[in-house]
Amino acid sequence: MTKQSAAAARSQNMEKQSSPGLRPVLSYNQMVVRRESPADLDRLFGALADSTRRDILARVMKADASVSELAERYRMSFAAVQKHVAVLERAHLVTKRKDGRAQRVAGNPKAVQRANRLLSQFEQIWQARINGLEELLGKSDQGE
Amino acid sequence: MPVVEIHKDPEALTMTVIAQFAAPVARVWNAYADPRQLERFWGPPSWPAKFVRHDFVVGGRSEYYMSGPNGERSGGYFEFVSVDEPRSFEVKDGFLGEDGRPAEGMPSMTMRFTFEPHEGGTRMVTLTTFPSVEAMEQLLKMGMEEGMKSAMGQIDAVLAAG
Repeated sequence: MTKQSAAAARSQNMEKQSSPGLRPVLSYNQMVVRRESPADLDRLFGALADSTRRDILARVMKADASVSELAERYRMSFAAVQKHVAVLERAHLVTKRKDGRAQRVAGNPKAVQRANRLLSQFEQIWQARINGLEELLGKSDQGE
Repeated sequence: MPVVEIHKDPEALTMTVIAQFAAPVARVWNAYADPRQLERFWGPPSWPAKFVRHDFVVGGRSEYYMSGPNGERSGGYFEFVSVDEPRSFEVKDGFLGEDGRPAEGMPSMTMRFTFEPHEGGTRMVTLTTFPSVEAMEQLLKMGMEEGMKSAMGQIDAVLAAG
């Protein structure tokens, strides 16, 4: 359990690093306890659980849009829309790219979404593997 | 604690895992060469692996079984494509059928391991290459996430409706 907690904490850290300034969607405990439900799925369902985000997703699946274009369509601040986009991005549903000073948001093709989700699963397996190997190497160092 | 970096490429269908260990290269290599050590970290914590064969030579084969929390059993094999001790090795990893032979018509992935001395320890890089998205899905089912496929179906339905 502790090993897994460490793995979860580490992947959580990686998540933080890859999206600076954004709070992870998941709580630490959820990731540790819910072994059956991968963090990625939680992230995906979490992202789709909000009607604004579903609306943003539907729009950018049809055509790219900048964050400001999206913000004009909703009664909320630019920052709030930006947060929604970040949640969609972490769930691999959309990608963001810089276009001059603007940030354009595009819906991910289904195949890329799926590949991303599946790769995250393999990532977790590898995290656990590396932790296990590290533990094994540590033990034999002490023992020999 | 090992430094781990993981790069995922959803378009090329590859994943690169980079880890740094304090132990020397020969020691890390040995953890893969010795099946009793390998099985202590190969399977996920809830799906421990047991290697029943481990011919760590070019053209050789390994066979392993992983057992799940509810008594599920899943067999896998490695086929050694290259072995260059202690620098690198490459395996094809796929399913074992009921008869204990590589299952026909089932997907496999390629894993390349490289080890090099780095900062007084070992830097290990593994590159996994998947043949297709469908293969990734099937390979994942080789154990761990039983509910994954149906959940994916639900998601596809949600997205299609949107």
